[in-house]
Amino acid sequence: MIPTSFEYLRAKNLKDALKAIGKNTKVIAGGHSLVPLLRFRLAQPDTLVDIGQLQELKGIKKAGGGMKIGAATTYRELLESKELGTLYPLIAEVTEHIGDLQVRNAGTIGGGLAHADPAADMPPVMLVLDATFLLQSKGGKRSVAARKFFKGPFTTAMKPNELLTEIQLPALPKGAGMAYASFEQAASGYALAGAAALIAIAKGMITRAELAFTGLADTPFLAPAAAKLVGTSGDELISQVAAAAVAGVEANDDIHAGPEYRTHLATVAARRALTQALERAK
Amino acid sequence: MVVAESRAAARDALDLIDVDYEALDAVVDPEKATQKGAPELHKEVPGNVAFTWKVAGGDAAKAFAEAPVTVEQRIVQNRLLPTAMEPRAACASYNPGTGQLTCWVTSQNPHIHRFLLSVMTKLPEHRIRVIAPEVGGGFGSKIPGYPDEALVSFASMELGRPVKWTEDRSENYKVTIHGRDHVEYVALCGTKDGKITGLRTKVYAGLGGYASTAAPGIPTILHGLMYSGPYTIPNIEGTIYGVYTTTTPVDAYRGAGRPEATFLLERMIDLYARKIGLDPVEVRRMNLIPKDKFPYTVATGITYDSGNYQGALDKALQMFDYKKFRAEQAKARKDGRYLGVGVTTYCEICGLGPSQVAGAVGFGGGLYDSAIVRVYPTGVVRAYIGAKPHGQGEETTFAQILADEFGIPVESVEVVAGDTEATPQGWGTYGSRTTAVCGSAVKVAAQRVKDKAKKIAAHLLEANEADLEWKDGKFAVKGSPDKGKTFGELALMANVAWNMPPGVEPGLEATAFFDPSNFVYPFGTHICTVEVDVETGEVTILRYIAVDDCGPQINPMIVDGQVHGGVIQGLGEALQEMAVYDEDGQLLTGTMMDYAIPKASQMPKVETAHTVTPSPVNPLGVKGVGETGTIASVPTLVNAVCDALAPLGISHIDKPLTPARVWAAIQQARGGAK
Repeated sequence: MIPTSFEYLRAKNLKDALKAIGKNTKVIAGGHSLVPLLRFRLAQPDTLVDIGQLQELKGIKKAGGGMKIGAATTYRELLESKELGTLYPLIAEVTEHIGDLQVRNAGTIGGGLAHADPAADMPPVMLVLDATFLLQSKGGKRSVAARKFFKGPFTTAMKPNELLTEIQLPALPKGAGMAYASFEQAASGYALAGAAALIAIAKGMITRAELAFTGLADTPFLAPAAAKLVGTSGDELISQVAAAAVAGVEANDDIHAGPEYRTHLATVAARRALTQALERAK
Repeated sequence: MVVAESRAAARDALDLIDVDYEALDAVVDPEKATQKGAPELHKEVPGNVAFTWKVAGGDAAKAFAEAPVTVEQRIVQNRLLPTAMEPRAACASYNPGTGQLTCWVTSQNPHIHRFLLSVMTKLPEHRIRVIAPEVGGGFGSKIPGYPDEALVSFASMELGRPVKWTEDRSENYKVTIHGRDHVEYVALCGTKDGKITGLRTKVYAGLGGYASTAAPGIPTILHGLMYSGPYTIPNIEGTIYGVYTTTTPVDAYRGAGRPEATFLLERMIDLYARKIGLDPVEVRRMNLIPKDKFPYTVATGITYDSGNYQGALDKALQMFDYKKFRAEQAKARKDGRYLGVGVTTYCEICGLGPSQVAGAVGFGGGLYDSAIVRVYPTGVVRAYIGAKPHGQGEETTFAQILADEFGIPVESVEVVAGDTEATPQGWGTYGSRTTAVCGSAVKVAAQRVKDKAKKIAAHLLEANEADLEWKDGKFAVKGSPDKGKTFGELALMANVAWNMPPGVEPGLEATAFFDPSNFVYPFGTHICTVEVDVETGEVTILRYIAVDDCGPQINPMIVDGQVHGGVIQGLGEALQEMAVYDEDGQLLTGTMMDYAIPKASQMPKVETAHTVTPSPVNPLGVKGVGETGTIASVPTLVNAVCDALAPLGISHIDKPLTPARVWAAIQQARGGAK
């Protein structure tokens, strides 16, 4: 449980950090994902760049009809933000699922997303909210949609010299309802299968429906089948959509749950999340 | 072995070693390991069967031939990882000048480790000092001798410097002993009206790759001898195979053999009750050993000390309205909800134990324990004990025994354990023995001290010893309490010795070695209710009630703490804990991310209550309570879940009852895919 030796660089500002990161470096903020990898020597960086204290990367701000969250904002800070809780109650709801009190005090939203654990709770929320991630490097910046960010287990669209600096949440349709349902693996607390849903209605008819999964496959993914709900009142169709959403997905198989059970749980989670999101939509 | 100036350097050095391993064929399942064609681990052990042990009483063959009802079940006792809060550690310091080795070890039994170290290092035993400092839990995993303390001792002797080794959690999971790991074939027979007449078992008990220190005793004397449980089962026959597999050694883990025995028996009784259409509580009640039959010798040949099993059952049923629950259950089933109840009546063998029995069954050590009670001139007291509490609280419990005995504040007593240089020969803390055996040694030593104090009091009061009585913390002549001598006054006189009775030596201390005449047999009734979500297989515990009888309680809070911890640990075994190996012998549950010890948020409130039936085999009348929780709770939970799923035709699911397993059983019962 002792990492290989590495240089430690505590960045003074964002520019400093961007200059330092690149090949054979790892970025650390809360450390809850990275430190176990270091201790098991699964990650053996030459240099660790600490961005945990950079105020430039912290904070939750209103932007247009949406919000911007600094990547180094802790889970605790997400829970404490009344504005975020009002506009995106789903984020607070899901954040309560993440780790325990100590993890939430230190862990950051950007760190968790960049780590891209295929069973993490936050990625499917970013997918249904259609968030955009701001990536910066010393050469410049670019935006990548959350829906194009997660490439595989612990693999993202980020290049080695890029840093996730900001999560941008677009304005939501008025009165949209959101929900998350998951089944936790008893040891790790990560999702065996989980589903996030967003539904907007107008005059009793669904105008927008989004559904995303975590834990089920090698990466969190958005399920296009949810679109079938648009133009309907939902109800019985929800079960069909939940089943269709996981059809053909190659489900994970491990000692905790086989593919068949995982797929079944994902269907149940999808149905529960869609049903609750519909109930919450106004 | 790598020895370095720092842990980090040692870890880096490990990466520089390249080992070419020749992979041998593996077999990880104890039943499969005995089958033809299985790879054999040791040349001298054909078929991997290290031993075959049999227990028999009555005539089981006849009972089964004649019984109108028989139930049979294959049961798997999932392999468990003890997961003491503190992993193991050892530090050795050899002094070449004096030839003395001091070894700090995370030990439940420092005197056993001293003996084993003497054998392994070839140093004379009196030149070895083992110190077990405050140890962060054990659950049995810190009983055995391990290579690690021998290796640091060897390294220190070679280098003439202290050498320390500490295990991390992953190493702890890989190399510290595991628990349980049985495959059992069990049959129970009886009459149509609920009288159990016979029990038969065939057990493949996994030992891992090598026999650990106490391993052979676990599935045999601590398991097979308890097949009668609290019941009058006249005919019993068990065959236990101790089997080597390509896995980490299996040894004593909280309960050690008795949880497996209680589980198989309680599971079979529920299957039997269901088959004959009787209520499982009534079947239990009609087979319990009557309270006026103690001491009672069961078919396996052991004699239970005392008991009132009906009393504990009645008390539990007073706390839980069984009839009302059955009515709620019936109503819920109509609404498509699945509620279930499990009721366990258990007894167990602990307070290890009579040394003669240890010898007779081939255990290499003794099982008595010891205490030195030393009184200082100012009347404060220290007890040096042979056992080694590591979280059980006997530092407090024993201080209470002495404070009560001497009429002094509990703060005036200190209990010292763990240093072989200070404490008398003892056998450690395990098998729920410490209070029953070592506590009794404390009590006997205290009585010896008090007897001497009484002689001094009689001398000072110029009275006959026979005329003195101990009252309100003083020895005084009966009828003249004002002129008494307190324990403190007598302690001072004994230690300054200016005015001692003729022929009485100065000083006030006594040593006692207590070897009990029998084991103790605590018992009780546990009740659990659950709801199962048949869509997902999730089990929710609604209520958990534990009524236990460990005789008189010296510290009720500690007793309740033991019950709470034990029950939760057992519910972990029943619901979510399982060590998994792949077919090549790789441990797949190597971290806490994959091995699910119970978390507070996952567990129910435990409602505790007690009955009090003293044991006649020790001066305190106490029975053990360290393991009753893990012994009783596992079948209670599993029986509740199987009861909930009875309408689906489900009679048995192997633990742990993870949602995945429960769901699979439901799918299978409904004729769907597995």
